[in-house]
Amino acid sequence: MSDFTAVSTAEAPGPRAGRPDSGPRSLAGDAWRDLRTSKVFWIAAVLVVVVLLMAAWPSLFTSADPRDCVLARKNAGGSGGALFGYDFQGCDVYAKTVYGARDSILVGVSATLIAGLLGLVVGLLAGYLGGWIDALLSRLVDVVLAIPFILGAIVLAKRLSSDPESNGVLAVIVTLGVLGWTTAARVMRSAVISAKNQDYVTAARMLGAGPARLMVRHILPNAISPFVVVLTVLLGINIAGEATLSYLGVGLKGDAVSWGLAIAEAGPYARTVAAPLVWPSVFLAATVLAFIMLGDAIRDAFDPKLR
Amino acid sequence: MTDITARLDALPGLDPRAPLLQVNDLHVEFRTRDGVARAVNGVDLWLNPGETLAVVGESGCGKSVTAQAIMGILDTPPAHVTGGEVLYRGVDLLRLPETDRRGVRANRIAMIFQDALSALNPVYTVGFQLAELFRVHRGTSRREAKRRAVELLDQVRIPDARRRVDDYPHQFSGGMRQRVMIAMALALDPEVLIADEPTTALDVTVQAQIMSLLAELQRQRDMGLILITHDMGVVADVADRIAVMYAGKVVEEAPVHDLYAHPGHAYTKALLESIPRLDFKGQPLSVIRGLPPALTDLPSGCAFHPRCAYAREICRLEPPPAYRIAPQRITSCHFVREVLGV
Amino acid sequence: MSDVVLETRGLVKHFPARRGAVRAVDGVDLHLRRGETLGVVGESGCGKSTLARLLVALEKPTRGEIRVRGEDLTRLKGAALRRARRNIQMVLQDPYTSLNPRMTVGAIIGEPYDIHPDAVPRTGKARAVQELLDIVGLNPDHLNRYPHQFSGGQRQRIGIARALALRPEIIVCDEPVSALDVSIQAQVINLLEGLQRELGLSYVFIAHDLSVVRHISDRVAVMYLGKIVETGDHAAIYEQPTHPYTQALLSAVPVPDPRLRGRRDHIMLEGEVPSPADPPSGCRFRTRCWKAQPACADHEPLLEIRQRSPHPSACHFAEIRDVMRRF
Ligand SMILES: Nc1ncnc2c1ncn2[C@@H]1O[C@H](COP(=O)(O)OP(=O)(O)OP(=O)(O)O)[C@@H](O)[C@H]1O
Ligand SMILES: Nc1ncnc2c1ncn2[C@@H]1O[C@H](COP(=O)(O)OP(=O)(O)O)[C@@H](O)[C@H]1O
Ligand code: SF4
Ligand code: SF4
Ligand SMILES: [Mg+2]
Ligand SMILES: [Mg+2]
Repeated sequence: MSDFTAVSTAEAPGPRAGRPDSGPRSLAGDAWRDLRTSKVFWIAAVLVVVVLLMAAWPSLFTSADPRDCVLARKNAGGSGGALFGYDFQGCDVYAKTVYGARDSILVGVSATLIAGLLGLVVGLLAGYLGGWIDALLSRLVDVVLAIPFILGAIVLAKRLSSDPESNGVLAVIVTLGVLGWTTAARVMRSAVISAKNQDYVTAARMLGAGPARLMVRHILPNAISPFVVVLTVLLGINIAGEATLSYLGVGLKGDAVSWGLAIAEAGPYARTVAAPLVWPSVFLAATVLAFIMLGDAIRDAFDPKLR
Repeated sequence: MTDITARLDALPGLDPRAPLLQVNDLHVEFRTRDGVARAVNGVDLWLNPGETLAVVGESGCGKSVTAQAIMGILDTPPAHVTGGEVLYRGVDLLRLPETDRRGVRANRIAMIFQDALSALNPVYTVGFQLAELFRVHRGTSRREAKRRAVELLDQVRIPDARRRVDDYPHQFSGGMRQRVMIAMALALDPEVLIADEPTTALDVTVQAQIMSLLAELQRQRDMGLILITHDMGVVADVADRIAVMYAGKVVEEAPVHDLYAHPGHAYTKALLESIPRLDFKGQPLSVIRGLPPALTDLPSGCAFHPRCAYAREICRLEPPPAYRIAPQRITSCHFVREVLGV
Repeated sequence: MSDVVLETRGLVKHFPARRGAVRAVDGVDLHLRRGETLGVVGESGCGKSTLARLLVALEKPTRGEIRVRGEDLTRLKGAALRRARRNIQMVLQDPYTSLNPRMTVGAIIGEPYDIHPDAVPRTGKARAVQELLDIVGLNPDHLNRYPHQFSGGQRQRIGIARALALRPEIIVCDEPVSALDVSIQAQVINLLEGLQRELGLSYVFIAHDLSVVRHISDRVAVMYLGKIVETGDHAAIYEQPTHPYTQALLSAVPVPDPRLRGRRDHIMLEGEVPSPADPPSGCRFRTRCWKAQPACADHEPLLEIRQRSPHPSACHFAEIRDVMRRF
C-alpha cells in the first residue's frame, strides 16, 4: 500500500458531526458508550434487575409465606406485616406478588426466547433464501396463525402437562413459545427482505463475502430493530397468556403462585377489595414496561443515526 | 362551486395592472429536533406574463421550499413562513384566508412536481382526476368535463387521448405521466406555472419533448413560468431570466445571456466552471471546494465565503448588499468587480 | 492484444418474466485496455446496470464470456472466483444506500481485507485503511465515524476507497456521480481521474449524462435496449456519430450556453424506449427512428464498420451527422 501516493484532491472538509476520534471502534462499543449515558437505559435496567432478583430470591423481599392463608384475615387492609393487605382467602398480597414474580418471569422470558428463536430462524431463512423455502415457511406461519390461540393453547397445554406431578410451568412455556413466534417471524422476514436488497449488501457480495458474513454483518444488524420491538411486546403478551391458561385450568397447577393467577383469582372480588387485583397488575405492567424500555434503549443505541 | 372563481375576482386589492408575481424578502424556517433550519432567508423574485424565470442552485438551497411557500402548500409545523410577502397582482397571498388561497392555487398559480407518479392519485383514472377539476372549480357538467379532459390530454400530446383518458396513472410511462401532470396544472388556465424539476427524473430524449411542450404551451397562453432546476443546460435553452440561489438566498438575478457570458457572483462563476461540457472535451474540471453549509448553522457574512476563491475578510464579517449592476441585474457579492473582471 | 484487461463476448442476460424474458443485456461485445476509460451511455432501462453487475460477477450471464486478463470469469466458482474478484471492483450509484449504516467507515473500508486476509498489506489493516482514506481525500482520523455523518460526495469517496482496497486493475463505475450536485460531481470526477493516472486503473464508466462521459472517457459505447449500437473513441462518437440514436441522444442534451439556443441541430425523438421484454424485430431502434425503412424491421443491423461509418455502428444506413456543429 505504501506505493500509493495521495492524489491531490479538492480539499474535503470533515463530516458534519461526531466526536473526536481515537483508535478503531466497533458498533457494539459505540452502543455501550451510548447506553452508559442513557437515563432510560439505567431506569429500565434497574427495574429489570430488581424483578429478576425477586424471581430468584423472593425471600430477600419478604419474610411472609404466600401460601400461609388464614381465612380470618380475609380482605383485611394493609398493616405492618402485610404491606398490601390480604386477599379473599386471607393470603398476604405482597408476599403473593413477590413470589408470583418467579413463575411469571420464568414463563414470560422463556416463552419469549423460544418464540424469538423460532421467529428469528424462520424469518431469516425465509427472507434470505426466498424461493420455495420462503413459500413453504410462509405457509407454515399462516397455518400456525390460523389456529385460534385459546383453543390451540388448551389442547397443547393439556397434552404437555399430562404428568400430574409437574407444576405445569414447562408446559405453559412450550405452549406459549410454540404458538407465539409467528408475528416475530413475519416481521423478521420482511425486514430481512428489505435489508437484503440494499446496495451495501450488493457491495459486500461483490467483494466476495459469503452468506454467513452477509447475514451477520450486514443483514441482521439492519433488520433486527422491528424484531426487538415485537419481542418486547410479546413478553407482556406471554406473561398475560400464562394467566389466561392458568385461569382456564390448563396453566400452572397445584399451589403455584404467579401474577397471572393472582389477577385471575382476584378479578371477581375486585369490587370488594382492589389491592389483590391492583398490585400484581402494577408489577406486571412495570415489568413489561421495563423490558420494552430496555429493548428501545438498546435498539436506539445500535442505530448510529440516532446518536 | 363557481363561487370560488367569483370570489377570486373580488379579491380585495387585486389590481390587474400590478406585476404578475412578486416575492419580497421571503423567509421560511423549519423548526425541527435538530434546531431551526433557515431554508429560505430573504428571497426576492419577480415574474412577468409570458416570461420564463429559472431558479437554479444545488440541492437543499431552498428552491422547492420557496416554490411551496408561493403556492401555500408548506406543512406548518415544521415549516414556518416568518417574513416577507408574495404578491400576486398586488394581493399578498400570505395574508389571504385559506379558502381564497385555495382558489388562487387552482385557478391562478399552478405547480408541477418532479415525481409525477406520487403527485397523481393512484386510485382514480387520469380522466376522472382532470374532469374533477372542471366540475369542482367551474361547475362543468360531467360530460363536458370529460370532453375537456380529453382535449387537454390531446394538447399535451398524449397519443390516443380518447382511449387513454380512462387509464390509471401507473399505466403511463414516466414521460407520459409528466404530460398528465402538465395537463392537470394547466386545466384551469393559470397565469403562473411553477415547475419544480419537471424533467430531472426523465431521460434526455424525453426531457427534450417535455421542455418543448412546456415552452409551446407557455407561448400559446402567455403564461409566466418559474422553472426550478439544477441543470444549467436546460436553463440555457429555455430561460429568459435566471435567479441563482445559495443557502436560502437569491445571490444573483440576471437575464440569461448576461449571466452565462459574465457571471456577476463568485458562486455563479464557480458553478458554471465546474460543469463538464458536451460540446468540447475540456481541461480538468475546476471545483468548488467544500460543501454547501448546514442550514441550521449558516456561516456569518456571505454564506458562500468558506468555499469562495474571491473571499476576503469582509466576506466573513458583512453580508454583501444587493448591487444593481445593470437595469435587470442584481448580485450580492462584495467583489462583483473582480468576479466580472472589470 | 496484451494490454486488454477486460473483454466480453456475446454477453447476454435475460431475466425470466411472466411471458418470455426481459432481455436486459442481449449480446454485448466490448473490451477495455489498461489505463483506459470506456464510457457506456444510454437511456434508463437499456441495460447499463445489468451489464455492470455482470462484469463484476454479481449476476450470472445467460450466455457469453467475460474475460479478465484472459480468464473467463463466468466459469469460476468458489475460491477462484473470490480471487478473481480482487481484480475487478465496482463503485455504486447511490452514496446513501451503498454503505452499511451500522458499520464505521473504518469497518467498511476494511471489510475487503476481512474477506481477503491475504490481501492485507504488510503495514497492517488499520494503516491501509487510513492510507485509503487519505488517497480519496478524506481525513484519515475519521475512520470511527458512521456513513450518515458524511455528505453525499464524501460517501462516494468512501465507496471509491472500498473499491480500491484490493488494488484492482479494473473499476466499474455505475453512475458514480449521478446522485451528486454539480459542484460535488466535479470533485469526484477529478478524484477518479487522478486515481487513474496514479494507479493506472482502467474504468468502465456508466452514466446517462453524456457530458460527464465525454469529459472522462477515452472510448464510448452507446447502448439501446440491451445492445451496443455504436462504439468508438470519444471524438468519433461525439463529433462524427453515425447511428441515428446516438445523434438524437446528443442533440437532446442541453448545453450550458444560451448563445447556442436555436443554433443547434435538434432531433426530437418520438415516444420512449420500448420494453426490453418485447423489443422490436430487426433494428430495435426502428420504432423511434426517423430514417427507418421496411428493411430495418426484417434485418438486424450488426455492429460493424460500414462504408459511411469509420467506426462500428449498428445501422443499415449509418452516416456521419455532426449534431454538435453550430449554425
Ligand atoms: N432482477 C431483474 N429482474 C427482472 N428484470 C430486471 C432485473 N434487473 C433489471 N431488469 C430489467 O432489465 C432492464 C435493464 O435494467 P438496467 O438496470 O440494467 O438498466 P439501466 O440501463 O441501468 O437503467 P438506469 O439508467 O435506469 O439505471 C430493465 O428493463 C430492468 O427492468
Ligand atoms: N419538511 C421539512 N422538514 C425539515 N426540513 C426541510 C423540510 N423540507 C425541506 N427542508 C429543508 O429545507 C432546505 C431546502 O429544501 P428544498 O427547498 O427542498 O431544496 P431544493 O433547493 O433542493 O429544492 C433543505 O435543507 C431541506 O432539508
Ligand atoms: S461576497 Fe465574498 S465570499 Fe461571497 S461570493 Fe462574493 S467574494 Fe465570495
Ligand atoms: S437500421 Fe434502420 S431503424 Fe435502425 S437505426 Fe438504422 S435506419 Fe434507423
Ligand atoms: Mg427540490
Ligand atoms: Mg442503472
